[in-house]
Amino acid sequence: MPEKEEKIEAEGEVVEALPSTMFRVQLESGHDVLAKISGKMRKHYIRILPGDKVKVELSPYDLTRGRITYRHR
Amino acid sequence: MIVRKSEREIELIAAAGRLAADTIAHVGRHIEPGVTTEELDRIAEEFIHSHGGIPTSKGYRGFPKAICISQNDMIVHGIPGSYQVADGDLVTLDVGVTLDRYVADTAYTFAVGEVSAEAERLLEVGQAALAAGIEQAQVDNRVGDVSAAIQRVVEEAGFAVVRALVGHGVGRAYHEDPQIPNYGTPGRGARLSSGMTLAIEPMITAGGVDIVVDDDQWSVYTADGSLSAHFEHTVAVTEAGPRILTPVGAALLQ
Repeated sequence: MPEKEEKIEAEGEVVEALPSTMFRVQLESGHDVLAKISGKMRKHYIRILPGDKVKVELSPYDLTRGRITYRHR
Repeated sequence: MIVRKSEREIELIAAAGRLAADTIAHVGRHIEPGVTTEELDRIAEEFIHSHGGIPTSKGYRGFPKAICISQNDMIVHGIPGSYQVADGDLVTLDVGVTLDRYVADTAYTFAVGEVSAEAERLLEVGQAALAAGIEQAQVDNRVGDVSAAIQRVVEEAGFAVVRALVGHGVGRAYHEDPQIPNYGTPGRGARLSSGMTLAIEPMITAGGVDIVVDDDQWSVYTADGSLSAHFEHTVAVTEAGPRILTPVGAALLQ
């Protein structure tokens, strides 16, 4: 049985909406990451706009790309 | 922390590995159009128990059945149920066996009847990727060497490597350190030494890398509905090179 890849969670704010449902997110740490919307959010038609505060999951193997897993109220 | 096992422990893991491999071969012989995955699971559970083992997946983090059975665009963690195997399917069995307190983990994707040429190629590439990864499981190599080798074989064939799920150490427990992604950079990651026992398991798709998890909280599908394949061995790193502890190939030939 495979294991889920270890993820790092970070908080950030969406800076820019890019084509193909990708977003540039600035993390609290100051770093910018390229993030895509998670399948679960897509499934529930949750929209993301610049200015939204979001939770981002990052792979320890590539800290420049992430997945947006939650949009804060 | 990556645990290195003694020679005695490796032999115990190898015994679990032989049973796991034999289970795959035994259940594989029953895969045919019309059989339900529940029935295959039952056969697996009975076989493992009759040889003194325990199916490691049962009850693991709440998994309800003995083995994982996944078909076509389902990559891993399929819960055996009423699904009926059909001609043309790709069916993956992922078997974990605990024997005398030691664990081995192995997986194999079977083609049912006539499958497309693309599906056949996917299976070949999956096996080749696993072999390439295992070849890198040498003393003083890095986890990244294994990961990169798998990625290279898969991507050169035009297929994709699933990112979200990874291989792992195995032996005293189902999932141990290190995590072994199926993509990576050579020379990076933890150093391999003799005594390490690793579950190397490329999961590949004929489409993209994205996955979705079903409402059952377990089944993992390709987001784009493309076919997937999964092959896995438990491998011991030794001074003499990698030693496969789950001889599925030999078991299938019997």
